[in-house]
Amino acid sequence: MAYSEKVIDHYEKPRNVGSLDKNDASVGTGLVGAPACGDVMKLQIKVSEDGIIEDAKFKTFGCGSAIASSSLITEWVKGKTIEEAGSIKNTQIAEELALPPVKIHCSVLAEDAIKAAISDYKTKKGA
Amino acid sequence: MSAMTAQQKNELPHTLQNRKAPIYLDYQATTPTDPRVMEKMLPFFSEQFGNPHSRSHFYGWEAEDAVEIAREQVASIIGANPKEVIFTSGATESNNLAIKGVAHFYKDKRNHIVTVVTEHKCVLDSCRHLEQEGFEVTYLPVKENGLIDLDLLRETVTDNTSIVSVMGVNNEIGVIQPLKEIGAICREKGAFFHTDCAQAVGKIPLDVEDMKIDLMSISGHKIYGPMGIGALYVRRRPRVRLVPMINGGGQERGMRSGTLPTPLCVGLGEACAIAEKEMGAENERLRRLRDRMYQSIVGRLPEVYLNGDMDQRIPGNLNISFAFVEGEGLMMGIKDLAVSSGSACTSASLEPSYVLRALGVEVEMAHTSLRIGIGRFTTEEEVDEAVECIIREVERLREMSPLWDMHNEGIDISSIEWAEH
Amino acid sequence: MTIYLDHNATTPVRPEAAEAVAAALTATGNPSSVHGAGRRARMLVEDAREQVAALVGGRAEDVIFTSGGTEANNLALANAPRGGADGPVFASAVEHVSVLDGTDNVIQVPVDGDGVVDLAELNTCLKDALNRVEGGRALVSVMLANNETGVIQPVDRIAELAAEYDAVFHCDAVQAAGKLAIDFPALGAQMMTLSAHKIGGPPGVGALIVAPGHQATAAIRGGGQERSRRGGTENVPGIAGFGRAAEAAKADLDRLQGLAALRDRMEAEITAAAPDAKIFAKDRDRLATTSCLAMPGVSSETQVMAFDLDGIAVSAGAACSSGKVAPSHVLAAMGVDEDDLKSAIRVSLGWTTTADDIDTFTAAWKGLHARIGGGSLAA
Repeated sequence: MAYSEKVIDHYEKPRNVGSLDKNDASVGTGLVGAPACGDVMKLQIKVSEDGIIEDAKFKTFGCGSAIASSSLITEWVKGKTIEEAGSIKNTQIAEELALPPVKIHCSVLAEDAIKAAISDYKTKKGA
Repeated sequence: MSAMTAQQKNELPHTLQNRKAPIYLDYQATTPTDPRVMEKMLPFFSEQFGNPHSRSHFYGWEAEDAVEIAREQVASIIGANPKEVIFTSGATESNNLAIKGVAHFYKDKRNHIVTVVTEHKCVLDSCRHLEQEGFEVTYLPVKENGLIDLDLLRETVTDNTSIVSVMGVNNEIGVIQPLKEIGAICREKGAFFHTDCAQAVGKIPLDVEDMKIDLMSISGHKIYGPMGIGALYVRRRPRVRLVPMINGGGQERGMRSGTLPTPLCVGLGEACAIAEKEMGAENERLRRLRDRMYQSIVGRLPEVYLNGDMDQRIPGNLNISFAFVEGEGLMMGIKDLAVSSGSACTSASLEPSYVLRALGVEVEMAHTSLRIGIGRFTTEEEVDEAVECIIREVERLREMSPLWDMHNEGIDISSIEWAEH
Repeated sequence: MTIYLDHNATTPVRPEAAEAVAAALTATGNPSSVHGAGRRARMLVEDAREQVAALVGGRAEDVIFTSGGTEANNLALANAPRGGADGPVFASAVEHVSVLDGTDNVIQVPVDGDGVVDLAELNTCLKDALNRVEGGRALVSVMLANNETGVIQPVDRIAELAAEYDAVFHCDAVQAAGKLAIDFPALGAQMMTLSAHKIGGPPGVGALIVAPGHQATAAIRGGGQERSRRGGTENVPGIAGFGRAAEAAKADLDRLQGLAALRDRMEAEITAAAPDAKIFAKDRDRLATTSCLAMPGVSSETQVMAFDLDGIAVSAGAACSSGKVAPSHVLAAMGVDEDDLKSAIRVSLGWTTTADDIDTFTAAWKGLHARIGGGSLAA
């Protein structure tokens, strides 16, 4: 299976690997996937008072495409509002990374991860 | 290696000469053709091109002589009579022919077949096909170390069992099944014993008399011979009969028709002759390399698990789970190493290995496993380089792994309710 | 140096093909492996698939690589239409044994005196089959060109007939490939067999070409290779050599067809010198490179031995059987009389054949005939 250059670049030099304090009220955490399926993604966002994503971090257990998808989405969401971030589609990720059909689920997972992080943030805010 | 001349070493596959090419550590998927084998084969592609079945001229006789020498070489490494060796296109065909051929021939008397869940896909597929035809098939489980339970086998084989098929050495985890004990049980019950020895020939001593083996599958390209050729040993006393799969021409005692590919037969024969001569020394060398590799890895990385028995195992195989690191992701990181994250036949699919699952390895752990195969042309430098590369990447990917974090925080990953997708 | 005139048994490997085999032998990799070595092996296989497909004008995805022509023929027969192994299989009486013995239920369709399949008879067979089994479909297996006489079958007409009765048509093109231009899609067959070592590729590899829409299931199972239609690790060097041979054979087609001039001159000289000599299917469409001829009064064995002493390799029939030289089932099906049957040999030319080879053989034939020919074999 040949990976695209962009996947390789993100895999070898992943952007925004790391963790944010999940107890911080301005941090939303999304944890999606399952070890049994071969991928788990943890995606965290730190949101400013005016609803802008100031920082994003990820950790991913998975193949190169999963790592690249999560790395890419952290790059994309930074500086966006949570509404804009929430409207990112997996197809955009798949297209940007030129994922082959068997790897489309990686981009789906990344979309799920950002949605989960936003939802976690909103829950915390609402609480 | 010592038996090879400098000139032969120069003829080594370029992937093995050129240090910029990935280090080949996938000897259970296929092996490079030994230059000494190549040298024997090449004339039969050109000046000695005759059809071994042509009875009317020198070209045919020359080819036939070469094929018969090869047959003796194959027979010799398993302690058989050359008349009991038939050439096929490979171990997959041999396995199909042995199992389906025997089952079909004896179906009126016995319609039960016994095999093992960790067999090669082609054995399992053949059995499944027979099940659809109405045969009864028992798939024996394996113990946690990958070996079968002999008591269970004894209970399973009955007067109705026509054939028992158990592989000599597993292609993914390298474990060696107790062939002699299995042979004794089968003979006692009057069932034929077939063993897929694609991964065993040249790696462990084999003797069809001592082990009471009735049929044995042999592969060329797993033992430094060419692809596209294999053999099936079929016992003559007591005689094993089978229904052929490929008809027409009547070659190979009527059990396998088709023009014999002389250069490939010659290659398989030579590969067997070399293996027979060098197996002892080669195993010793590989054991040292393998142990060096394994000790370095477990000495420096926590949470690393060996799959399959360490003692009942060929020296050229390691199968290791690197917990919290996904195998395919790891493969991409160690791209300078050619290794496999499952058997080659299925590794293009994303399913975790059914062999590891059969040992009771959890799905999540199976996803983290690598098969590392070392062989005749692997050097100590390559082993050391591979170890460094694996450790570096596992550490890097663990730093990136949310599961590794959780493990370090003391969270039991199996206690989490994952949304399976 | 021996003069080799037994190209229909096997033909020397073409240098380009030998080169491809040797290059692939020095590379390592299982085409199913994901790593670079595996992907390079996969590439060799897929390039060869294109080349083999191009030889017959087919699509690469329709090529199933096998261990040779015999396996491919068996696979074709195993893929007879639904009702499968029990459905009727009609094969011409001059088919290769791997077709005639390929399954238990082959019904032989007679041929005429030149070995050309009797179309009226085939029509009757198909009509009867249709009447006998409601909704049943038959398989028709007829070779493109015969290995012993070189005679070319009216495959276009056979394809039409098969289509008329909704039968599946399998065409064994092992001997025709590289000697006739083949357009698989235009032919209208559902399956076609090819063999590498008959076109200058290595032995141990062949192919079954399957038309789009015709379902083929594996006979050798396990591993999922060849789109699950043929299990087993691909014979990468063999396949690479097959591909290159296919390419070379295609480029060499005109030259091979041009060998007809040599063959015809040989036949003319022989019949001029020995009017009692018989040349089978002489006036029919034949491969340019095959001549099947009888020297009255001299047994086939005597001839091949005498020619072998002269350093000429010819054959007394197909090179498949287990040892003794059995009378040809092909000539028997043509109704050739006993005497001729026992004194027939096959001379087959190929890509290495020169005018000198043929002149030497012609002289040797005439010499042998002058010494001992002309009697009767009846005993």
